[in-house]
Amino acid sequence: MKRMVKAVYLGTVYLFLYLPLAVLTIYSFNDAKHVVTWKGFTTRWYVKLAENSVLLDAAVNSLLLAAASATAATIIGTLAAIALKRYRFTGRTILSTSMYVVMMSPDIVMGISLLMLFVLMGLPLGFTTLFLSHVTFCLPFVTVTVLARLTGLDGNLAEAAMDLGAREFEVFSRIILPLAMPGVLAGWLLSFTLSLDDVIISFFVTGPTFEILPLKIYSMVRLGVKPEVNALCAVMFGVTLAVVSLTQLCFKERK
Amino acid sequence: MKDRSLFKALAVTLTVGWLAVFVIVPNLLTLATGFLTRGEPEFVLPVLTFDNYARLFDPAFFDIFLDSVWLALCTTVLCLLVGYPFAYILARLTPARRRLGLLFVIIPFWTNSLIRTYALIAILNVNGLFNAALLWLGIVSEPVELLYTNTAVFIGFTYTLLPFMILPLYASIEKLDHRLIEAARDLGAGSFQTFFRVGLPLTLPGIIAGSMLVFLPALSMFYVPDILGGAKSLLVGNFIRNQFLVARDWPFGAAASVLLTVVMGLLLYVYWLCHKRVRRAEPA
Repeated sequence: MKRMVKAVYLGTVYLFLYLPLAVLTIYSFNDAKHVVTWKGFTTRWYVKLAENSVLLDAAVNSLLLAAASATAATIIGTLAAIALKRYRFTGRTILSTSMYVVMMSPDIVMGISLLMLFVLMGLPLGFTTLFLSHVTFCLPFVTVTVLARLTGLDGNLAEAAMDLGAREFEVFSRIILPLAMPGVLAGWLLSFTLSLDDVIISFFVTGPTFEILPLKIYSMVRLGVKPEVNALCAVMFGVTLAVVSLTQLCFKERK
Repeated sequence: MKDRSLFKALAVTLTVGWLAVFVIVPNLLTLATGFLTRGEPEFVLPVLTFDNYARLFDPAFFDIFLDSVWLALCTTVLCLLVGYPFAYILARLTPARRRLGLLFVIIPFWTNSLIRTYALIAILNVNGLFNAALLWLGIVSEPVELLYTNTAVFIGFTYTLLPFMILPLYASIEKLDHRLIEAARDLGAGSFQTFFRVGLPLTLPGIIAGSMLVFLPALSMFYVPDILGGAKSLLVGNFIRNQFLVARDWPFGAAASVLLTVVMGLLLYVYWLCHKRVRRAEPA
């Protein structure tokens, strides 16, 4: 009996989490333009989507931005993790405090404060400002992931390498980096997804020259339900589903 | 040792420099802008004033702030009430089931919240599933107008933020040493006492971490009220956005966002205090 209650409880919460997404996906195949009732199966919204060059351009822009900022965030974030783990230096407090600030700040606060910085610096809003912002909000997540990995490592390995005459860069490239690699890769994937998901910060620092998908979806969604948007959202959900399942599967194999 | 200092200098300068320029400076800039005067067309005039911070206590803003805090608080409590038993049951499953169950929480966690908010429209519609269920259960006799109300915004926040509550809760419940629970029971504690005197205090860091991950976004996610709320649902996130993009009153918007940062600071402090207490309670 008790097991039944537990199973029903879990099932209800999962239903709550997945029902709207399932309905969205089903409606994206509905052959009706405005009504909510089922009018038969069609794939025409997906065809229409594939022909919409504005959306496709925005999708390509989003992927480019995500790849670029994830890569930069991974490099800087990994260096930060190594610095925090291995070195004593002035500015250490600045480093760890600002990491917390980034991770906990409400997105809107980050969005407007970066906007004011860029306006003050005279940077035109567009790819550059989006890139700088995305690197900044992804960076602490990379550092935390890599740091978690480094903490589990044997510190003697680096010591031994140094005793055997390895220079600091060699210790980094031949000992620490290979050992930290799973953390570094996880950090990159995390950043890539964070960058693709962001709406609020991008909303403030974007410019007309570089349109990205989440903001495009936002402006479409504000106008209400449309079958094309259903299809687009279903595709995005499908991509997340695939990427997350794959990542989980990879980490399972490793263990 | 020369090359060590070179590599070290590079790593330290790059990381500290980046965070100083893109985190510390913008936050100080926001704080400072709150003390300046609104200008046209330069947005901000370098004239010192305390008006913006004083205006935060003006009912025109303060009521919105209180409404938002109330809504965020309700969302947090509901997520906690739903999420805690869920995370607890999940953490006690067999490893294979646990992994699968966790995966199905991580997927919505990573799905774009905008898309998940949008997906709710079809559910909350007058002829949507939610109304159909209410009618079928006999709770209402005719469909209720849910979409574009504050209730819809509340459901929207709960729906999008629930995974952000479950994951930290799960992490802290999974770490909980089950022998402590058993010990409490052996020593004659009832399930009520066991939970409130052993389980709850030990999982407090997870509860607070989850609450922060729900409460703070609920103050700032302006697209949820935008999509699901009516014309009247103006929350502090929407208000700040409007100050920047519509009303063009940057100093006031900056002052309002400093208030959010202060709220965040207070919550972090509470988290730190609880963390310290639990660490002290744990055997070494």
